[in-house]
Amino acid sequence: MLVIKNLHAKVEGRDILKGLDLEVKAGEMHAIMGPNGSGKSTLAHILAGREGYEVTAGSVSYLGKDLLSMAPEERARAGVFLAFQYPVEIPGVNNVYLLKAAYNAIRKHRGEEELDAMDFLATVKAKMQFMEIDPSFLNRAVNEGFSGGEKKRNEILQMLVLEPKLALLDETDSGLDIDALKVVAKGINRLRSPERAMVMVTHYQRLLDYIEPDFVHVLVGGRILKSGDKNLALELERRGYDWVLAEAAA
Amino acid sequence: MNTASEALRPYAESFKAFESTRTSNAAWLSDLRRDAFAHFTSRGFPGERDEDWKYTSTRPLEKRAFSPETATGASVSARVIAPIIPHEMPVHMLVFVNGRHIPALGTVPSVIHGLHISSLSQALSQSTDELQPYLIPESIWADDAFTALNTAFLQDGVVIEIDTKTELDRPLQLLFVSTQQTPSTACHPRILIKLGVDSQATLIETYYGLEGAANFTNSFTQIALAEGAQLEHLRLQCESREDFHVSRVHIDQQRDSSYLSHTLNLGGLWVRTDLHARLAGPKAEATFNGLYAIKGRQHVDNHTRIDHLAPDTRSDELYRGIISGHGRAVFNGKVVVAKHAVKTDATQTNNNLLLSRTAEIDTKPELEIYADDVKCSHGATIGQLDEQALFYLRSRGIDLETARGLLIEAFTLKLLERIPTQELRAFVGRQIKTVLPGQSAVMEWT
Repeated sequence: MLVIKNLHAKVEGRDILKGLDLEVKAGEMHAIMGPNGSGKSTLAHILAGREGYEVTAGSVSYLGKDLLSMAPEERARAGVFLAFQYPVEIPGVNNVYLLKAAYNAIRKHRGEEELDAMDFLATVKAKMQFMEIDPSFLNRAVNEGFSGGEKKRNEILQMLVLEPKLALLDETDSGLDIDALKVVAKGINRLRSPERAMVMVTHYQRLLDYIEPDFVHVLVGGRILKSGDKNLALELERRGYDWVLAEAAA
Repeated sequence: MNTASEALRPYAESFKAFESTRTSNAAWLSDLRRDAFAHFTSRGFPGERDEDWKYTSTRPLEKRAFSPETATGASVSARVIAPIIPHEMPVHMLVFVNGRHIPALGTVPSVIHGLHISSLSQALSQSTDELQPYLIPESIWADDAFTALNTAFLQDGVVIEIDTKTELDRPLQLLFVSTQQTPSTACHPRILIKLGVDSQATLIETYYGLEGAANFTNSFTQIALAEGAQLEHLRLQCESREDFHVSRVHIDQQRDSSYLSHTLNLGGLWVRTDLHARLAGPKAEATFNGLYAIKGRQHVDNHTRIDHLAPDTRSDELYRGIISGHGRAVFNGKVVVAKHAVKTDATQTNNNLLLSRTAEIDTKPELEIYADDVKCSHGATIGQLDEQALFYLRSRGIDLETARGLLIEAFTLKLLERIPTQELRAFVGRQIKTVLPGQSAVMEWT
């Protein structure tokens, strides 16, 4: 589904990604771990199409297409979803409007009919209940005045509604207390399916207590230095990242 | 002959032609017009040295010649004005075409309890002497060229009086339509409004331009609010892209009165609007809301002034602007707190959204405070669309144009929220949408 080859990228003239390789197949759950500044969030942003990053070498293929040549909205319509580390507050645009506009844009792209407003609302409300979000949030401005936990739950709600093929979760666990973390993990697990792939970028192992990854990758200095299964995450938790560096240097 | 007097010459010819058609009027009225015209001639148009006109040059106006609207017969069909008539609520309406009252298009019943309304032309032909004192503009603009011009060409407009404790059942809409004329014409509507003690009304003053219209409208609105009177005043200026517009609104407020205005500049080529409230009685309050949406080569200048002349008076002002293309906006908000106006509470905010590199805004707050124990604040911002919000929306599948449109519309919401009646808010929202970049019109705004 997603093939990243030798990806090099710069931010403000600084090299962040230095030859990253990653392959993600449908049905797989990948966790990318690494210390601060290793390029984890940069990777998520580049995949979603955020401006301000300069790709200097390498390629990203998504479902056989050149992902990097697509506009952010084209990627979203083709099934890519980024759950933001810092969801943006948008005063004056209400949540349900955003959900509906996004949902219909994606359906239109697939050549499907727009969903009836009442049916749509019923679906969204059921998913809100699942994510333990109060229905009043529907008519509030997007993320405005939401707590950190509410913002993250709202991201996962959007993901549940939009049902992407490839979900990128950028530090989704950061700033969450244990109860909120459980709800967020429940939402993510709900969406796991053989047709769908997920890439979680995370700093801590604790999210992986609730979401079991198929693969764990260690991203250090802009490259994936080591890959393994869920046991690698536990080992990182125990030993930190230095040994991976030492091993790579050897 | 120098260029200044050169610019005034067409007006002298116009005035001569206009006077010759006004022979049946009372002598005092002819004198009033003649004095006003002499004043206009001696003063001339304001120049760049005039502080109030620092960012707006009258040159574009001076370069055009406008004939006085003396001909009768120009009218419009009900169909062409339909888009500007609220369907959200019933209104009483008076319609003017190029400054002339067209009774056939109006919808004001002959008798409404507590309301006295007539066109100025009709009032002048009847009880002229009673009107005389009200026709001499009493305001900071008494000395000003455009006010003088308005008085010199005094011909039509509206006279409204609302009795004590009367609450109008429907909003009154005064609709001024500018149509394509050859040659282009100038009109100078005068609107006089008196609200009695504890009365209540909603007034919609609309300036609407049809495709191809390139006229000059120079209106003067004088409002007097007696004790406890409440007026909500929507001013919708949506003239054609070639129309020139100057308007002045002067509001005199007595104790406990409340004035709530919504000024929308959605059209016109060269526009100047002045709003001046005098809070003359304790606990009088004025709220000025404004939105200007400018594109192409439009120039829109809003000057506001609020005089706190009595204790415990309150004013609250929010103007927001969206400027794109080569558009240029000016906002100048002045608040004066007189020496004895203690416990004054005044807030002023001006927010601007610049959508292109060539768009321009000059914003200037002016506070003059001569009293102690007052609460006054002001703030002005100039910004672009939030890049992070744009990316967020796009990352959800919403295309760039729609995302921009959404954020621009969101920027106007703060103003809509300040319109308390739902019907009026819906009407204003609909009018704003006609000029904002929706999903189709977006490209014009980039």
